[in-house]
Amino acid sequence: MNNWINLSALWRIVGIGLLAGAGLPAIFAVGVRALGSGSDAATDDVAGEQVIGATRTGIAIAGLCFAVVLAASGYGIYLIVRAG
Amino acid sequence: MGNDFVLVLVVVTALAFDFTNGFNDAGNAMATSIATRALPPRVAVSVAGVLNLIGAFLSLSVAATIASGLVQTNLVTLTVVFAGLTGGILWNLTTWFLGIPSSSSHALIGGVIGSTLAAAGAHGVKWHGLVQKVIIPAVLSPIIALGIAAIGTYLVYRVTRGVNRQARTRGFRIGQIGSASMVSLAHGTNDAQKTMGIITLALISNHTLASGAKAPFWVVLSCALAIALGTCAGGWRVIRTLGKGLIEIDAPQGMAAESSSAAVILLSSHFGYSLSTTHVATGSILGSGVGKAGAEVRWSVAGRMATAWVLTLPAAGTVGALAYFATHGIGGSAGVLVMFVLVGAGSAAFYWRSRKNAVSAKNVNDAWGGAIVPVAPKTKTKTPVSV
Repeated sequence: MNNWINLSALWRIVGIGLLAGAGLPAIFAVGVRALGSGSDAATDDVAGEQVIGATRTGIAIAGLCFAVVLAASGYGIYLIVRAG
Repeated sequence: MGNDFVLVLVVVTALAFDFTNGFNDAGNAMATSIATRALPPRVAVSVAGVLNLIGAFLSLSVAATIASGLVQTNLVTLTVVFAGLTGGILWNLTTWFLGIPSSSSHALIGGVIGSTLAAAGAHGVKWHGLVQKVIIPAVLSPIIALGIAAIGTYLVYRVTRGVNRQARTRGFRIGQIGSASMVSLAHGTNDAQKTMGIITLALISNHTLASGAKAPFWVVLSCALAIALGTCAGGWRVIRTLGKGLIEIDAPQGMAAESSSAAVILLSSHFGYSLSTTHVATGSILGSGVGKAGAEVRWSVAGRMATAWVLTLPAAGTVGALAYFATHGIGGSAGVLVMFVLVGAGSAAFYWRSRKNAVSAKNVNDAWGGAIVPVAPKTKTKTPVSV
């Protein structure tokens, strides 16, 4: 921490920013992947890999992922309302 | 009560600035959603407008903080505020016309600092505050946003590798709308409050309000409406540059970019840095190009923007200073009135000129050919949609 840059705030912005700004889209991506789409995957040219498909586990994982993303967004809004 | 007449002109000018702030920044939240067709252009800016309106009401704790940390508020007069706003508006209109996303906050800060310098000299400006609260965050924030968006984009593509492309696009379009909405909300909270702060400062310097007073409700309401209407107006020229000019953007990139923007803006304001939404959004969009293998990033377009960012403070400051000299030179209420009419005429001229090669909801997504305005087939008979 010095006179010009608040380094501790800077690192927290970078750190939490990475978790929220890059981590949440990644979790969302896991959800999208878990939902997959077994049915029309064959029509896609990059569908070489195995996808989970919309199995019950897949849907559960996806639901969990989307819930985490939604909860984090809600917490973000809560922070705006409280602090500003 | 001649001052009240001036006060009314200052408030109207401030709301006009808030409006330009809205349409300059509509693209920060919605450019990516428009470019990936997650939302139709008109719907996107309307959603952003409504969320800006809500955002402006979410938090009201900031009063005149933007100015008080940067200039000696006891030296600020109505004329200084007015001249500063003039600088901000004219710079916002210039960059909008050129299709360059530039910081409305910097335009406002530059204008106010310029007019304060003209009115009171160098001791009227808190230089340390300027460097610490404005310049250093302005340099760091786009870099941080770029890094986070690049990592996010990389992760997103890594995780969804092999997922059906259509399903992926569909999923991420929804995610993108969510994250863009967060950016809109944060923008309303941050930027509408800057104008509220300026109007409050004007009211305090006119002794209408006591020093240290909070923004009255009519100020909050009118600022919220002005920024929301400005956002709804579109600002298609800037949206086009952000959505089409920097990179060819896909839904997963869009979501990663907006998530990075939302995270950086919210965290920074949480730690007391009011930084430019524009700088963060641009950094994020660039990052989403860096993070995707094989994506082309048009660094020349980014370079042009960076030049405009560096110029924003001095340019708006110069206009602010000139406006102060002119207003003060003519003197009194008449001076403010003359400048008010001149700025109004100047704004009308910008608007009229932009109609000649309008970017609208209809051509905002046309292929990028190196220019802000798409090379249009002669469609003179069609009336362009309002910008």
